[in-house]
Amino acid sequence: MKFIDEFRDRELAHGLAAAIGRAAQPQRDYQFMEFCGGHTHAIARYGVSDLLPANVRMIHGPGCPVCVLPIGRIDMAIRLAMDEGVILCSYGDPLRVPASGGLSLLRARAALAGGGEIRMVYCAADALRLAQENAQRQVVFFAIGFETTTPPTAVVIRQARALGLRNFSVLCCHVLTPAAIASILESPEVRQWGSVRLDGFIGPAHVSTIIGSRPYEFFAAEYRKPVVIAGFEPLDVMQAILMLIAQLNSGRAVVENEFARAVTREGNRKAQRMVAEVFELRRSFAWRGLGELPYSALRIRREFADYDAERRFPISYQAVPDHPACECGAVLRGARRPQDCRIFGSVCTPENPVGSCMVSSEGACAAHYSFGRFADAKVAP
Amino acid sequence: MIPVRKAYGRPLDLRQGRVEMMHGSGGRAMAQLIDELFLSRLGNAHPGAGNDAAVLPAAAGRLVVSTDSHVVSPLFFPGGDIGCLSVNGTINDVAVMGATPLYLAAGFILEEGFPLADLARIVDSMAQAAAAAGVPVVTGDTKVVQRGRGDGVYITTTGVGVVADGEDWSGDRARPGDSIIVSGGIGEHGMAIMAQRESIGFAADIVSDTAPLHGLIAAMRASGADIHVVRDPTRGGVATTLNEIARQSRVGMMLRESEVPVQPQVAAACEFLGLDPLYVANEGRLLAIVAAADAERLLAAMRAHPLARHAALIGSVHQDAQCFVQMSTKLGGRRVVDWLSGDQLPRIC
Repeated sequence: MKFIDEFRDRELAHGLAAAIGRAAQPQRDYQFMEFCGGHTHAIARYGVSDLLPANVRMIHGPGCPVCVLPIGRIDMAIRLAMDEGVILCSYGDPLRVPASGGLSLLRARAALAGGGEIRMVYCAADALRLAQENAQRQVVFFAIGFETTTPPTAVVIRQARALGLRNFSVLCCHVLTPAAIASILESPEVRQWGSVRLDGFIGPAHVSTIIGSRPYEFFAAEYRKPVVIAGFEPLDVMQAILMLIAQLNSGRAVVENEFARAVTREGNRKAQRMVAEVFELRRSFAWRGLGELPYSALRIRREFADYDAERRFPISYQAVPDHPACECGAVLRGARRPQDCRIFGSVCTPENPVGSCMVSSEGACAAHYSFGRFADAKVAP
Repeated sequence: MIPVRKAYGRPLDLRQGRVEMMHGSGGRAMAQLIDELFLSRLGNAHPGAGNDAAVLPAAAGRLVVSTDSHVVSPLFFPGGDIGCLSVNGTINDVAVMGATPLYLAAGFILEEGFPLADLARIVDSMAQAAAAAGVPVVTGDTKVVQRGRGDGVYITTTGVGVVADGEDWSGDRARPGDSIIVSGGIGEHGMAIMAQRESIGFAADIVSDTAPLHGLIAAMRASGADIHVVRDPTRGGVATTLNEIARQSRVGMMLRESEVPVQPQVAAACEFLGLDPLYVANEGRLLAIVAAADAERLLAAMRAHPLARHAALIGSVHQDAQCFVQMSTKLGGRRVVDWLSGDQLPRIC
C-alpha cells in the first residue's frame, strides 16, 4: 500500500537498526519516552524493540487518550445515558474502560432500561447527524482525546449552533499534550528521586500536525531534554531514536522534526483558531495516573454554553479512586513497566481490564499483553 | 358440483406484503407462507415433506453435525446476503471436519413487518447456494416475533454430513514442524460488511468471500497430503482460529507477516479504521495444518481450485507449553498474535 509500505520496509529497518547500533555508545544506556499511544502500538505491533540494542530502552508515555481518562469522567457519560435518558455517542475505544460499580459504557449499554442509548460513532459529525435525525431526543457526544480530536469537536459545536439544534451537546474531556509532558518532567520520580531517567522524548505525531513543533521547544530548552517529533510508522520511530541518540551524543537538546511530511513548526493555524473560538482552558483537570493538573484540559466557552452537557444536565465530576492494586498511574508516568504490575496478565487482562492501560490497544499494558508478552515467558521457538 | 378450491384465497403479496404475526401462528397463513415462499424455492422433493421431520437414507461412515445461527447486519452486503451466508457457513463447518455435507435444516426467526419481498430474495439466495453446493435444505421452521424484538430475520442452519472412517481432521492434531496454509486473502467478508455498515466509500469494492468450501476440501483430500487440521476462520479471524488450534493441540505457532495474503483494499480499510486484518471475519477461507513434507503438494492442489488460487504458506507449528501464536513482522521484529478480546474497536488516534 502506497505511503504505508515504505515506512514498514524490512531492508530500511535493518539499515536503521545497524545505524542505531553504531551510534549508541556501549559505555552508557539511553532511555527515551515515546509520548503517544500510537508510538507504543507501533513499537509493540511491529516488534521494534527486537531491533534495538540492549542499551536503548523505550518507556511508554501517557499519550493514550483513553488511558488518561479518569473513572469519574466515564461515570458522567454513563449517568447521562442511564439517568438523563440521552443518546450518548462515543468513539469505539472508551466503551470498554472500567468505570464505577463494575460498569463500563458497554456494560451500561447492556443494562440500560430507560430511554437512554449508548452508541459508537466513528466521528463527531456522526453524533451531530444523529441529533438531526432524532429531534425529540437529547444527543450527547462524549468528546475525548488530545489536540488531534479537538478540532472536529469544535466544528460540530459550531455547526450545531449554526443549525440552531436544541438537542445536541458535548461532554468535553479534551486534554492537552504539553501539560502532560510537563507533569512527567516535574514528577518526583524524574526530578527528585531519579527513579525514572528520561533522556529524551519521541514527540507526538498527529497531535503535532495541529499544534506544531513549537510547544515542545520549552521542554528542550528548560529541561535540557531532546525532543524528536515522529510519525506513527515503525521506521519513523526508529529514525527518531537515531536522531535522539545523535543529540545526546553531541550534548544537544533541541526539538527536531522527523515527521516533516505532516508537521510544521506552527501547526494548523486554522484548526487552532477554531479550537480557541469554542474552547477555553480549564483551571484544573483530573488525569488518571497523573492526578489533578492545572490548565491541562479544555472546556466549552460560555458563548457556546448551550452545547455543554456539563451545564445542560445535572452531572458533575466525582473523583473515584483507582483499584488499589492497579499500577496504571505509575505505568503512565513511566515509573513502572506493565509487566511489573502485580495484577498484569492475571487479574487484569484485555477481557477484564482493571486499569485503563489494559483497554485501548494503544495502552502500554494492552500493547505489551497483546503483542509483547512472549518476551516475559522466555519461550524460544 | 363443487369445484376443487385452491388451498389459499389469494397468493402471497411478494411485492408489498409484510411478515405478520399470523405467519407464525400455525394456521393457514403460516402454511401458505411455507408453501409459497419457502417450499417453492427450497424444493420439497424429499420424502416426508409436509411432515414434522425429514426422513432420509442413512449413509455409510460417521455422521458429522454442525449448527450455526446467523444474525448479520446489514442483511444484504456486497458479495452476498444472510441467505447464502447461512448455507455456506454451515456447509463449511461440516466440511472442515473432512466430511461430505449431505443435508441442511433451516430455522427462521422473522420480525413482524419484515418485507416479504426481502424474505423471498433471501430464500432465493439460500436456494441458489444450496443448489450450487449440491446440499439440499430438507427441513425447516419459521417463527415470528413482534416488531422491535428481532432484527428483520435471523437464520439458524444445521448441517449433516458423513466422514469416512480413518479420515481424522481435528483441532488437536497440529504437531510441531507442521506447516500452516491459508486458502486466500483474509478479512474480506468482515471488511465488506463494515464498509457497507459504515459507508466507507473507498472500501466499496470489497466483496464478501462467502463460498462453500467442500469442493476445495475434496480436492485437498484427493491430493493425498497428510492433513492434520482444517478450519474456517470466521468470527475472530485467522488470529483467533489459530489460537484455538494452538490451545487444543498444546503447541505454539510462528507466522510470517510478509506471507499473509491481504488484498490492498482490505489492508487500506483496516488501516483507516485501525483494525488488524488477522482479526477480521472470513466466510470462504480455510486454514489447513499439514505435515511439512506435504505442504507444497497440498498448496499446489489448493491453488488449482478456483477458491484458493491465492493460497499461501504462512507459518509453522512448534513446541510451546504457553501455546503462543507469534508472528515475525514485516519489519523483522516479533510479536504475539493474541486472541481477539471483545469486539475489535476502531482506535481514536
